[in-house]
Amino acid sequence: MQTRKKYIFLTFLASWLLLFFFFGDQLRRFAFFSGRKAEARRNWPRWTDRSLLKNFADPEELQRDGDRSLLSPRERRAAWLSVYKNSRCRMETCFDFSRCEKNGFKVFTYPRQRDQPISESYSKILTSIERSRYYTPNPEEACLFILSIDTLDRDHLSRQYVRDVDEKIRGFPLWNGGRNHLIFNLYSGTWPNYTEDLGFDIGQAILAKASFDTESFRPGFDISIPLFSKDHPQRGGERGWLYQDSIPPRKKYLLVFKGKRYLTGIGSGTRNALHHIHNGKDIISLTTCKHGKDWEKHKDTRCDKDNVNYEKFDYQELLHNSTFCIVPRGRRLGSFRFLEALQAACIPVLLSDGWELPFAEAIDWGKAAIVGSERLLLQIPSAVRCIHPERVLAFQQQTQFLWDAYFSSVDKIVHTTLEIIKDRLSLHRSRSRFLWNTLPGGLLVLPDFSTYLGDFPFYYLQHGTSPSEKFTAFIRAVSQAGSLSQPILRLIQAVSGSRYCAQILVLWSCEKPPPPSGKWPQTTVPLTIIQGRRKLSDRFFPYGAIQTDAVLSLDEHTSLSTSEVDFAFVVWRSFPERIVGFPTQSHFWDPEQGRWGYTSKWTNELSIVLTAAAFYHRYYHSLFTEYLPEGLRELVDGLAACEDILMNVLVAAVTKLPPIKVTQRKQHKETVAQQVGWAAGSRRFSQRQDCLNQLVDWFGYMPLVSSQLRLDPVLFKDQVSVLRKKYPRLEK
Amino acid sequence: IMCASAKYNTRGPALIPRMKTKHRIYYITLFSIVLLGLIATGMFQFWPHSIESSSDWTVEKRSIHDVPVVKLPADSPIPERGDLSCRMHTCFDVYRCGFNPKNKIKVYIYSLKKYVDEYGTSVSNTISREYNELLTAISDSEFYTDDVNRACLFVPSIDVLNQNALRIKETAQALAQLSRWDRGTNHLLFNMLPGGPPDYNTALDVPRDRALLAGGGFSTWTYRQGYDVSIPVYSPLSGEVDLPERGPGPRRYFILSSQMALHPEYQSELEALQAENGESVLILDKCTNLSDGVPAVRKRCYKNQVFDYPQVLQESTFCVVVRGARLGQAVLSDVLQAGCVPVIIADSYILPFSEVLDWKRASVVIPEEKMPEMYSILQSIPQRQIEEMQRQARWFWEAYFRSMKAIALATLQIINDRIYPYAAISYEEWNDPPVVKWSSVSNPLFLPLIPPQSQGFTAIVLTYDRVESLFRVITEVSKVPSLSKLLVVWNNQNKNPPEDSLWPKIRVPLKVVRTAENKLSNRFFPYDEIETEAVLAIDDDIIMLTSDELQFGYEVWREFPDRLVGYPGRLHLWDHEMNKWKYESEWTNEVSMVLTGAAFYHKYFNYLYTYKMPGDIKNWVDAHMNCEDIAMNFLVANVTGKSVIKVTPRKKFKCPECTAIDGLSLDQTHMVERSECINKFASVFGTMPLKVVEHRADPVLYKDDFPEKLKSFPNIGSL
Repeated sequence: MQTRKKYIFLTFLASWLLLFFFFGDQLRRFAFFSGRKAEARRNWPRWTDRSLLKNFADPEELQRDGDRSLLSPRERRAAWLSVYKNSRCRMETCFDFSRCEKNGFKVFTYPRQRDQPISESYSKILTSIERSRYYTPNPEEACLFILSIDTLDRDHLSRQYVRDVDEKIRGFPLWNGGRNHLIFNLYSGTWPNYTEDLGFDIGQAILAKASFDTESFRPGFDISIPLFSKDHPQRGGERGWLYQDSIPPRKKYLLVFKGKRYLTGIGSGTRNALHHIHNGKDIISLTTCKHGKDWEKHKDTRCDKDNVNYEKFDYQELLHNSTFCIVPRGRRLGSFRFLEALQAACIPVLLSDGWELPFAEAIDWGKAAIVGSERLLLQIPSAVRCIHPERVLAFQQQTQFLWDAYFSSVDKIVHTTLEIIKDRLSLHRSRSRFLWNTLPGGLLVLPDFSTYLGDFPFYYLQHGTSPSEKFTAFIRAVSQAGSLSQPILRLIQAVSGSRYCAQILVLWSCEKPPPPSGKWPQTTVPLTIIQGRRKLSDRFFPYGAIQTDAVLSLDEHTSLSTSEVDFAFVVWRSFPERIVGFPTQSHFWDPEQGRWGYTSKWTNELSIVLTAAAFYHRYYHSLFTEYLPEGLRELVDGLAACEDILMNVLVAAVTKLPPIKVTQRKQHKETVAQQVGWAAGSRRFSQRQDCLNQLVDWFGYMPLVSSQLRLDPVLFKDQVSVLRKKYPRLEK
Repeated sequence: IMCASAKYNTRGPALIPRMKTKHRIYYITLFSIVLLGLIATGMFQFWPHSIESSSDWTVEKRSIHDVPVVKLPADSPIPERGDLSCRMHTCFDVYRCGFNPKNKIKVYIYSLKKYVDEYGTSVSNTISREYNELLTAISDSEFYTDDVNRACLFVPSIDVLNQNALRIKETAQALAQLSRWDRGTNHLLFNMLPGGPPDYNTALDVPRDRALLAGGGFSTWTYRQGYDVSIPVYSPLSGEVDLPERGPGPRRYFILSSQMALHPEYQSELEALQAENGESVLILDKCTNLSDGVPAVRKRCYKNQVFDYPQVLQESTFCVVVRGARLGQAVLSDVLQAGCVPVIIADSYILPFSEVLDWKRASVVIPEEKMPEMYSILQSIPQRQIEEMQRQARWFWEAYFRSMKAIALATLQIINDRIYPYAAISYEEWNDPPVVKWSSVSNPLFLPLIPPQSQGFTAIVLTYDRVESLFRVITEVSKVPSLSKLLVVWNNQNKNPPEDSLWPKIRVPLKVVRTAENKLSNRFFPYDEIETEAVLAIDDDIIMLTSDELQFGYEVWREFPDRLVGYPGRLHLWDHEMNKWKYESEWTNEVSMVLTGAAFYHKYFNYLYTYKMPGDIKNWVDAHMNCEDIAMNFLVANVTGKSVIKVTPRKKFKCPECTAIDGLSLDQTHMVERSECINKFASVFGTMPLKVVEHRADPVLYKDDFPEKLKSFPNIGSL
């Protein structure tokens, strides 16, 4: 035994010696020179006569870069139109901007034809557009057109393949060579090459396609969309799977893959190599050869072993329990796996060279995914191991944000596509990359409201600014009397007494005209009367007169004291993205009736703050009026008291956070209910409950979030002299 | 694997089984003898050769006229024309770059040669001042390597910055004969002025096969996204003229055009704007009657008025940058330098470094057809946003335009980010000017999540030797429904913790961690035993908190998981007499800190406290045995920008047994020390991150006239 060891050792030494002799040159470089490297480094020389060198261009040449003999700009643009079309389309050559100028960004969908079957997914896409605020049934005023022919699946072997598209399209009088058309596609090409071919001429239409290849992608013109299944929800959509921010990421696996291995053909190169990184411990990479009819014909030596291993793990279990997920190309570049990983907060490791990532024009994928190279598969394990835990956490959170903002439903995918196109129409009124990649996401930020970050409630911290120090009181008057009631006079006095109040606006929603200015109380702050259109949704209209970030929304019967207003405003400044108010209500799931219930009784929880007395950011007026589709506002106008629920639902959908209740001196009474009596009160109550359920149906989920706390002044009801307290009046 | 995240691995490496000592000595001796022999052989064999290769480089002082001349035969090969379909995965050889722990590509520069054709006529200027600066910058950077075998990217020393200064075919031949050319794979060419009359192509016309092009005037049709890099056209004025940064705000002119030789069509559009809007629009042109010796490039004229260029750019809010024969214009650099917001009118132009820079924050792009609407478009931009754009424009110039070095390094960094995407520089690092980086916060727990209640929290009790009080705390805390684990950090090295049997029996796991040193920071170590997100830090003498209060605190933390949620609140105040910060523990209407003697917070902050605490704060706290809680308050507020949440009414935080200790917190010296901490930390952080608020959190029905038994948390605030 001992001798054997010695021999082995000696052989080892001998081979080392040989190695040294033959590769001494390289060894020398590594071993002997590493220490001296710095000084011996051969840098670019410092030329002695470098000060005599000429400039790369004459300064005058640089400043006078014109040539009057050139084509005139107008002629050049005209010439472009004939040169840069079809596969070389850009917005400036293939899109008719003038169609969008008069009526704004309006989208028309071709009427669906009876004899033309439409796949489930395409029908969802059309529904999304028809439900959106951009929809128009009138082609005359449209800026963008969507075909009713299902172009999602262009694999001619597929059952959903629609034949003779070219002919059908030519029959459409609106087609116009495809100008201002948007075509959706999920699958292109077929076995064996899966090319980008759609089987018809899209001409100058914008293509929104899954698995887009950078080579055929027309930058700034086409849009890459994610591949989604026919079960993808129309609206709402499931939330992501990240429920906690663990550090270090407490997951069983580091990196996983489970999927098909192609034995031949396109995409097999990458999938065939995936098993190399499997280590059976924290890296699980499983492939199966079993797919297609004749897999056994091509089967190789690994197949049987792989197939056995493959069955040992469950895909969903891996997805839930891994930090990183490999998302390799399939036959096509994109796969369902991408969205699955994103939802699961399993950071996608993309191995799909040349894939134009979904919505890459807007989304910064470097914050949510690892874009690997198919050729460097073997480096992936060490690369992901080196990512610091805090970056992993940031990645995980970003996957969830992106999933929820742009991908979780067909509505979101379609709306993101539309908003990206809309942004191109007026570049100065478009979203910066920052807005797309920061909570709450591009869809909820309206560039028509403002392009300045500080005007929105979401970015104060990242932007290093704070909300304005004053608020606008906004009182809605609905009384039938036509004269000023006592409560509204008291309210105006109390509110104008606040040192944070900048102005008072009264929305006069009565049939009778408002009293003349002499009848209104004298206040230290300006008081303006706005004539309303007597619609309930009026109260959330973005009136130009509202100039402060904060709005204090009030009803004429609301009773508040100056201290309450002061304290609530100071609290709002800490939570500018939420609704901060006084009387609250809450929602709950009623399992007996199988619907959402709503209660205004005293409870230990709250999820709705009545807008009869609440602070919120003025941006929510714009969101309410511009972002929500008209149908929803009509719904609200038709019901007696639902607009404040919609406002709460909207803000909760944007922030994912509950509203905030602050101390109230005495309990707010549902004054309207008191006035109209009990029977009407209960009708009102059931209407509110109906409203809540309709809103949930429209949003696709219940956005409201409950809170168990109330914010009081620091010394509220503490055993300490009243003189020490800043808000003693709140305790009466 | 070489990465720096080993900190997480708290388990040590497995020990290598030991050999028997006798054998070990034998092997070591044998090994050393052989090794010494080898080294000696190596020295004799190879040493003398090593000096030879660097001989032509040892001479530091060399003139450009001395560079070797290379004659290009007329029939020497010409590369293919550039391939428009090239992308990193098709035309770039990533295997040359490899995985390395620094995630930096290696760039090699070919040595300078002078190329002549068969007749001895030179092919181009040997090298321009700017290209020399660029190569010097690369050579001085971290990317540089002098070893052609280890290089990932090759930069020819053939100067192609200006296409007009070279002969196209011969330059291409010169490229093709580079030693590692290989169809241009992994070669990077820098070009700022592409094309020539009459059609002015938007990319360099020199055939270059697969080489990457860093070009200064790409259009969307010639730019290969993700492969080429769009760079600025360098303006030599950047180096000559010093324009001090002007504060943002309104300026004398609203729109200014300073370009000479604009196409008459653009010119007339601009003049129409001026006719409509009067003096706020200024259109400058070349001066016709300048006295001799005044450089024309430094003057601009409007009628008879003469203006200094580029200084005049600082007088305007917006400055027009219109395309000329080429898309890229040097004036863009001057405009940015002046802090004037560029209005870019050049359809299909790819803006410099557009792969990483967010130009919407620094410029306004207006389609050529919309030029007549320019004035109204610009007026619709909010004033505060204009100010930000001015600041942003100046920052882009300072960081990416001001010198050839800046341009070269940004280009290499972009390519580097493509090759090591997992180590890429973030959007914020590229785009945020220093003042924004300084004033803004990016919360590491930015996703609005309300953690599930079922997770519960881990209570961590730091203790030294007050066993009796400790046991009472354990018993009290164990009554809280959401407690999922209790961790005792035993900070006394001289005494063993009590035997297992003596500890109170509680319903959740109880673990005792013994520490190596009696340090306060042990309380904030991210122990592996902490499996929940929520941590309750509690002192071993806090026995007065009721179970309702603690459970409520946990519920509040769930709604604010990125904040410190605690019981006793404290305040910092500015002492105007002493001109420094002061610590306040009186009954105040405001809070800015909570004591970590009883506070909930996210485990992430343990990680931050232990590994990312700025400056010497951690050591300072351990040395002074005080203020660890203030340090934690600073840390959390600094990273999230948010205030603490104080829960429930004020209590007398007093334990019956430990009056002496409590006496300490009232002690004057204690207060002085705490104030000192605040001042010390504020200076280390360079700012005062603490946020003052006037609210505290109570249960919804706290003190409301409502039956106590129906309240979720009835037992709150009892003394």
